[in-house]
Amino acid sequence: MLILARKINESIIIGDQIEISIIDIKGDQAKIGIKAPKNVKVYRLEVYEAIQQENKAAAMAEPGSIPELELLKKNKQKK
Amino acid sequence: MKIKTKAYGTVEVDERQEIYFPYGILGFESFKHFVLMDAREKPFYWLQSVDVPEIAFILINPYLFRPDYSLDVPGEELEDIGITDSEDSLVFAIVTIPENQSKMTANLQGPIVINKKSRTGKQMISDNPRWKVRHLILEELAAVRNEVC
Repeated sequence: MLILARKINESIIIGDQIEISIIDIKGDQAKIGIKAPKNVKVYRLEVYEAIQQENKAAAMAEPGSIPELELLKKNKQKK
Repeated sequence: MKIKTKAYGTVEVDERQEIYFPYGILGFESFKHFVLMDAREKPFYWLQSVDVPEIAFILINPYLFRPDYSLDVPGEELEDIGITDSEDSLVFAIVTIPENQSKMTANLQGPIVINKKSRTGKQMISDNPRWKVRHLILEELAAVRNEVC
């Protein structure tokens, strides 16, 4: 992994379209600003990984395993 | 169109059931063509890959067990599939069913949103820390019932 030291308000650029800036640092937390093209999705890594992992677990479902569910009738799909 | 499904073998589906996921689903990015079908067990649905029968997800309408659910995703994410008006969207949560079925969970942090008009879909990531990847469906449903009674 490439490691660069940056101060508040300094940035790095990745390729020619992705810009990452250090907005603020307080204690052990850094606030990071990211400029990237629309098609580049930026997520917190642990959230991204948790969802990916959950999807893999969900995809293991066996068709016979779905239980019947008795529901409240009044909660229709809302906006 | 006839497709092979994980749950029901080869079935005939209507083109209106086809949903295109331009970004795939996290962890399954290369699969973009899916079909949305009712499961035989209510109120679940199957999101079935058109290309690989083994890839299929069980979905539920999250508002059924969490009437307070809100889709807290950035507007740009919705615009990725052309949603500018929430009237055009359908929201689902992916369900995980472990061996002990009563512990089945729904992923409210990574909802599946479908644009009804263009039939495109995307898995989004919620900004709201209230929504987790594992919500116990039966427990939360029971909590809602107790409130109503």
